[in-house]
Amino acid sequence: MTVITDQRRPPRVSGGDDASGHLEELRVDPIGLLERVRAECGDVGRFGLGPKEVVLLSGAEPNEFFFRAPDELLDQAEAYPFMTPVFGEGVIFDASPERRREMLHNQALRDKFMRGHAATIAAEVEQMVARWGDEGEIDLLDWFAELTIYTSSSCLVGKRFRNQLTGRFAELYHDLERGTDALAFVDPYADIESFHRRDAARVEMVGLIQEIMDGRLAGDAPADEDRDLLDVLMSIRDEEGALRFSADQVTGVFISMMFAGHHTTSTTASWMIIELLKRPDELARVVAELDGLYANGEEVSYQALREMPWLEASLKETLRLHPPLILLLRVAMEDIEFREFTIHAGEMVGASPWVSNRIAEDFEDADAFDPSRYIAPREEDRDNPWTWIPFGAGRHRCVGSAFALMQLKAIFSVLFEEWEFALAQPAEEYVADLSKMVIQLQQPCTVHYRRRDRATQV
Amino acid sequence: MRIVVDLDLCQGHGVCESEAPEVFALGKDHKVRVLDEHPPGDQRGPIDEAVRFCPTHALSVVDD
Repeated sequence: MTVITDQRRPPRVSGGDDASGHLEELRVDPIGLLERVRAECGDVGRFGLGPKEVVLLSGAEPNEFFFRAPDELLDQAEAYPFMTPVFGEGVIFDASPERRREMLHNQALRDKFMRGHAATIAAEVEQMVARWGDEGEIDLLDWFAELTIYTSSSCLVGKRFRNQLTGRFAELYHDLERGTDALAFVDPYADIESFHRRDAARVEMVGLIQEIMDGRLAGDAPADEDRDLLDVLMSIRDEEGALRFSADQVTGVFISMMFAGHHTTSTTASWMIIELLKRPDELARVVAELDGLYANGEEVSYQALREMPWLEASLKETLRLHPPLILLLRVAMEDIEFREFTIHAGEMVGASPWVSNRIAEDFEDADAFDPSRYIAPREEDRDNPWTWIPFGAGRHRCVGSAFALMQLKAIFSVLFEEWEFALAQPAEEYVADLSKMVIQLQQPCTVHYRRRDRATQV
Repeated sequence: MRIVVDLDLCQGHGVCESEAPEVFALGKDHKVRVLDEHPPGDQRGPIDEAVRFCPTHALSVVDD
């Protein structure tokens, strides 16, 4: 029998000496904190979150260990306490998070559904730009956040439900996303404004869903082909014939279904536009690629599933440098020996897409926006499956990644084919708002749009 | 050639099934099943596409 006598704790990053540990730093400068952990401690470091310790792993081998670990070792379910008040406490699910994700995947995200989704998304973009004049200005965050509420509700819940939503739903959803202050690791119901707004938004959202449900109960049954997930949920009754799922529960189900694909896609679309507008040559290459693909009036629903090497490379590069989630977390379910270190049961274990995506040994000129790093023979994403991790990796890898890339391809097919854009602010003013665990752009983040005049183009 | 599957990575997206239906299918557990461990050479094209477009990079081909 081997007795481990040297149970070494991973080194702890500087600062965070009082009882709250590094919580305040995580709330205001999470990237500074995560980068410092790797700089000071290397592949395995540690910081404090109130009474909890977080072991931060980075680099290929530690990340592979993190992403391959089964739930019995590193559990995901308990790791995101800031999501509980968003999804709703006490919402009764008949299935584990893993099982629900699997169901969502099989019902909506399989390869065979993608073409229908692409057509839906293109139609939603067309509907949004139909409100535009020949030129004007939009706030990227507001615009893409609204668009992706419509696309995700339409693709995941159904068109009938999407058509009953207004921009107000998107505003409320935004308040939910803003209610993810890292303070929730210590107290998810602390007396701060963003948490109050979060809770008020959820209450109003339940009211909106209740209205929709009441309207459906009072109205005629939809044709079979128009039935959506809400109709299905409302068809389930208990022994007394009452609805099995209340508006509160339905709201929780829909919020959780839409959450992973909403701010992530919306933020990526915004950064993509900004990064390309900063680099006219890269933008021209992407637009030329699209012009070629759509030269004969092809349908977006068909082309969005085909390869667009430069558009895809630009998306990947946007995702690498602006990963929508900067810290992925698990909880250690037992004492874990990793290298010469011990991670204790109950401690949190993290991996950081922000830190890993910029590791200089893996990515040439790591801080530079360079889509050509994905073009064969370089293919830096495939070469670094454990450190190129905008979607995570392994068993919990984002199940929506293929959907997300298809969606972004469809969105930019419509936008870049019909419109041209220009930054409306100095380039350095477009910055991320890092004060929440859900990272978005800081507002204002506006761009000009103008209808493309094909006749005058060479 | 021999097909190697990393089941830790497979999430059952079904892209391989679409690209090379004679070689791949999804099982009841929504994980990939390799129908033919040593497929004939004329399947090489579709298999390479399946490997290339697998969203989770769970597939690879070893030449033996």
